[in-house]
Formats: sequence, structure tokens, C-alpha cells
Amino acid sequence: MVRLEPRAAISRKMRWLTPLLAVALTVLTGAVLFAAMGYDPIRALRAFFVDPLTSRYGLAELGVKATPLILIATGLAVGFRAGVWNIGAEGQLTLGALAGGSVALLFWNQEGWWILPLMGIAGVAGGMAWAAIPAFLKARFDVNEILVSLMLTYVGLLLLSALIYGPLKSPEGFGFPESRMFSESALLPGILAGTRLNLGMPITVLVVLVVWFLLARTLFGFQVTVIGQAPAAARFAGFSQKAMIWTSLLLGGGLAGLAGLFEVAGPIGQIVPTISPGYGFTAIIVAFLGRLHPFGIVLAGLLVALSYLGGENAQITVGMPQAVTGVFQGMLLFFLLAADVLVRYRLRFGSPAPVRS
Amino acid sequence: MDPVTALLVTVVTAATPLLFAAVGELVVERSGVLNLGVEGMMLAGAVTGFAVTLTTGSGTIGIIAAAFAGAAMALVFGFLTLTLLANQVATGLALTIFGVGLSALVGSGFVGTPLPRLPRLVLPGLTDLPVVGPLLFGHDVLVYMAVLLTLAVAWFLARSRAGMILRAVGENHEAAHGLGYPVIRIRYLAVLFGGLAAGLGGAFLSLAYTPMWIEQMTAGRGWIALALVVFAAWRPLRVLVGAYLFGGVTILQLHAQGLGLFAVPSQVLSMLPYLATIVVLVVISVGPWKGRLQAPACLGRPFHPTH
Repeated sequence: MVRLEPRAAISRKMRWLTPLLAVALTVLTGAVLFAAMGYDPIRALRAFFVDPLTSRYGLAELGVKATPLILIATGLAVGFRAGVWNIGAEGQLTLGALAGGSVALLFWNQEGWWILPLMGIAGVAGGMAWAAIPAFLKARFDVNEILVSLMLTYVGLLLLSALIYGPLKSPEGFGFPESRMFSESALLPGILAGTRLNLGMPITVLVVLVVWFLLARTLFGFQVTVIGQAPAAARFAGFSQKAMIWTSLLLGGGLAGLAGLFEVAGPIGQIVPTISPGYGFTAIIVAFLGRLHPFGIVLAGLLVALSYLGGENAQITVGMPQAVTGVFQGMLLFFLLAADVLVRYRLRFGSPAPVRS
Repeated sequence: MDPVTALLVTVVTAATPLLFAAVGELVVERSGVLNLGVEGMMLAGAVTGFAVTLTTGSGTIGIIAAAFAGAAMALVFGFLTLTLLANQVATGLALTIFGVGLSALVGSGFVGTPLPRLPRLVLPGLTDLPVVGPLLFGHDVLVYMAVLLTLAVAWFLARSRAGMILRAVGENHEAAHGLGYPVIRIRYLAVLFGGLAAGLGGAFLSLAYTPMWIEQMTAGRGWIALALVVFAAWRPLRVLVGAYLFGGVTILQLHAQGLGLFAVPSQVLSMLPYLATIVVLVVISVGPWKGRLQAPACLGRPFHPTH
């Protein structure tokens, strides 16, 4: 008989060990899954987790995929710490890409250093505007932000579809649902020759450092923790719950919007019907795997980015359906949540100790 | 069949998957558990129902398999949140992400394969009645199951002893535990029922509504079902009304698209069910009825018996 015994204090060691345990269990289960699907598990695992990292280009692609995940997860983590559940980052990303991309299309035949910064501002504003809706409804009427932010994701994706089949469609595109290609001034400059790594990555690193500083070294960070962990104490201390709802949703939405802009102004280079392979949802996994800590999120983002690369590679080399990526990502979060029990509880074997009365 | 009757018949079919999922989640939430994985469980049901019906040739076996698939997903959720005390919000999200991936993986071989629609119930004489005939008697078995399930849940929660115990667990798990009721076991059963119902809702989509398998074919219906439970203030009969209202919105926008009634892109009309969900959530949180919107007191709170 296994029992759970609450620990006197949260185990710090376990807090950082459980993500590793979760990764190990995911890989192990993955091997079983591959074997069950009729693939050679060793070969499939290598195609998934090792081969993508053996070339310079592959390593750079890891950065390309990790950038949006880390950027979004960093913003979401602040909200999750404060108990604000923004799960509509995918929609906020889409709106950021639309707003920032529209600026690029507005100046499609012009060059100038000012275009990119303007796109950046528009991208952040687009994401923020989309996140402001659940923020307003939550702060003003106490409407569930999970459902509103998620419904707005569907609305955002439909809006993208409506615009790309309508006003944003390139007049020279032979009717394909794609915008014009962005001009040179509207594209993020590359930072490593021969790869798709661009300015978005160093900016993301900067954002991670700033958010870490905010959380670890400022009163704001303290407020986030208190509101999340002990709402009653936060009210007593005079910390505003409403201000926190607004701040965390706008931060999460703004960073998701920026991530969307980085996609269209980076690897994609135009507005297309599908901008993100679900980065906004996967970032939720990244945030939890990284323990809602900016530095942890960087590591988690790289790992989850590998699952995207691995999925693509396994599709090409072993012929595995791309959907395996989603299964891996879901399993990873399951195992992490399951292993997390070790942070707060000790496993005790044997029958329960007699109750003292 | 005249056009209005045809329209009403399609409203019934659009409402059925929402009704299954919402009434299942309602029972889960009344027991004090918040499972945000409805979308994932519906997808598991949809793909399983389709695959099993296609391979066995029997819609009945397919429906049963879909219910089991939903329940299996719910069991994972239950183990994580009830036994291992994981965060319910995060686990529910994980269930949806996992369900999207797993169903796409399982279904990758079935995309584009046609399947005959589930047979409609045909009662000679009755089905031929004007308006009432096709509206009440011409559906497949799942449509009736959804309504009967809702009525059964309404009776169970309001009138049966077991239903009252389930509500007690959701309102105050400490007290229920103190009285000797097995809180965790009751919640497991509720969560399994929620999965079963979501699986049936998914099966309806892939066996009757479309009928084929498309990746992420639930298109947010699991989330709309969650909103419906809030809208219905955790009352089964209001879920029934809510599901049919939402079915109506879905169908009206589809017909408006087909007829080209409004000079807007079709995507704008497709937004309506999602926007309607938001509007409904706002309306129920602002009106004078606000105070009567009582969520079960222990909703989302983990329970760990200390002795």
C-alpha cells in the first residue's frame, strides 16, 4: 500500500528533479509507443531527439522554434504565478502577427529603419488588445478568463482567415491566400549566416532577463507571489487583485503578440493562413515544465522545441505522423504533473501509522 | 420536409454533442472537480468511435468504444488530480493537449475515409407527421440518448440519495468525509461519467454529424460545453436549454453563410458561436440573477484525507 504523506515544507530538490524525471518517463513511454506503432524504438528515438541536433543548421532551428515558446511562456508564467489563467496565447499571437504584419504591408514598397520598430509596437499592441478583453471582463465582471481567452483564440484564427482571404491577400499572388512578401526593411535581420536565427532570439533573451529581474527583485514580483499563493493576505496587504489581472494578461498578451510578429517578420516573411503550429498552447507546457521561472522556461523551451524538430525529422526519415509531437508534449505535461506530487508529499510504503487521539 | 422544419432538425443535431459534453461535465463539477479536458475527451471519443465503427462495421460497438475512450482519458485525469493531487486546471489543459495529439495520431490513417451515417430512427406513420414527425422521431439513437441522459442526471441529482451524496461531496468534502462518505471514490465515479458523456458527444460528431474523421473536429465544442455549465448555473435542465440555444446559433450562422444573407466574409459568421459564448458568460455575471449563480463550494479544490 502506498500512501502520500505531506512534507513539512516544499522540497526544493524535488522541484528541480521532477522535470528531469518527467522527461525520462516521456522518453521511455515514447519508446514503448514507437515499438507499438511498429517502428524500431531506438532508431525512432534517435531520429526524434538526437539527429536534429547533429548539425549547425539543426541547432539554429532549435533556437528558431524555442524563441516563440520561451517568449510566450515567460509572459504566461507571470499570470500563472498570480493565479490568472490566460490560455488564449495562440489568439494573442495571431493578433500580434496580424497587427505587426499589417504595418509591414502598409509600407510594402518603402524602406527605412523605422519600419521594424513600428511593427514591433503594433505586434505587442495587437496581442495586448486581444488579452485586454478577458482582462476587462475578469476585472470588471469576474468572468472566467480561461473560457474568454480561449474563445477569443478561435475568433482570432477566424479573423486571420477572413483577412488573408480578403484585404490582406496579395494582388500579385495568383489568388493564393497569402500576403505580399515583406520588404527587406520589414524582416528581422539574421544573426548567424546560413541559418534562420534572427534578432528575435537576443530580444527574447533580454525579455527573459527583464522578467526574471521583475519577479525576483522587485515589489511587483513579491505581489505576484502573494496574490497567487495567499489571496487573502494580499488583500490585507492592500495589493490590488484587479491591477494584477490587468498587468499579467497585458504582459502575457503583449509577449505573445511579439512572438507572433517575430514569426511573420522572421522565418515566414509574410502573412499566411497558418502562422503558428500551436506555439501558444505548447507554451503552457513550457511554462509549467520550466517551473514558472524565467530561466527554467529557457531550458524547457529548448527541450520542447526539440519535440517540434524531432517530429518533423521523424516524419521525413522514419515516416512517422507529425501528430506524434503533440502526443509527446501532452505526455510530458502529464508526467510532470504526476511527478510533482513528490514536491509536496513523501511516498510512504506500508500500512498507515495508528492515529493518535 | 419544409425549410423551417429542416432547420429545426439541424439545430437538434448541432445541440447534441454540446449536450452530452456539458451534462457530463456538470456532474463532474457538482462533485467538486473541474475538468478542463472536455475537448480532449471528446476528440478521443470521436476518433475511437469512428475507427471502431469503420473496422467492425457496427455503429453500436463504435459508440460503446467511444464512451470507453472518453472514460479512459478521464481516468488519467482522475488519477492525476484525485490520487496524486495535481493541479486540476493544469491537468485538464494537459488532457486537452494530449487528446488533440493522440486523436490526430490514431486518426491519421482515417482522414478522408467516408462512413455511412448512423441510421435514423424511422417509425412508420409517426415520422411522416408534418413538422413534429421529423423533429421528434427522425433522429439517430444518440440524439435521444443525450436528452434522456440529461433528464436522468436531473432526476439523479435532485431526487436520488446517491445524487445528494455527490452534491454534498462537491459542497463540503470535509464534512462529507467526516460523515464517512468515500469522497475520492465518488469523485472518481463522477469524473468517469464526465469522460463517458464527452466520449459519446465526440462519437456523435464523427458518426452522425459529419460523419467522418477530421483532425480537431470538435472545434472548441468541449470548451463551449464548459461555458454552458456555467451558463446553466450547474442545473441539468438549463444545460438542456443552453445546448439547444447554442445549437441554434451554430445552425443559423451556417445557413446565413449558405444563403449569403449578410455581406460579410463567412469566417465572421463562423465566429458567432464563440462570441455568443463570451456574451453569455458576461450576461450571467452582471444581471440581477448574479447572486444565484452558485458554483459548488469545493469546485477545483483538491481533497487529501488526513486521517
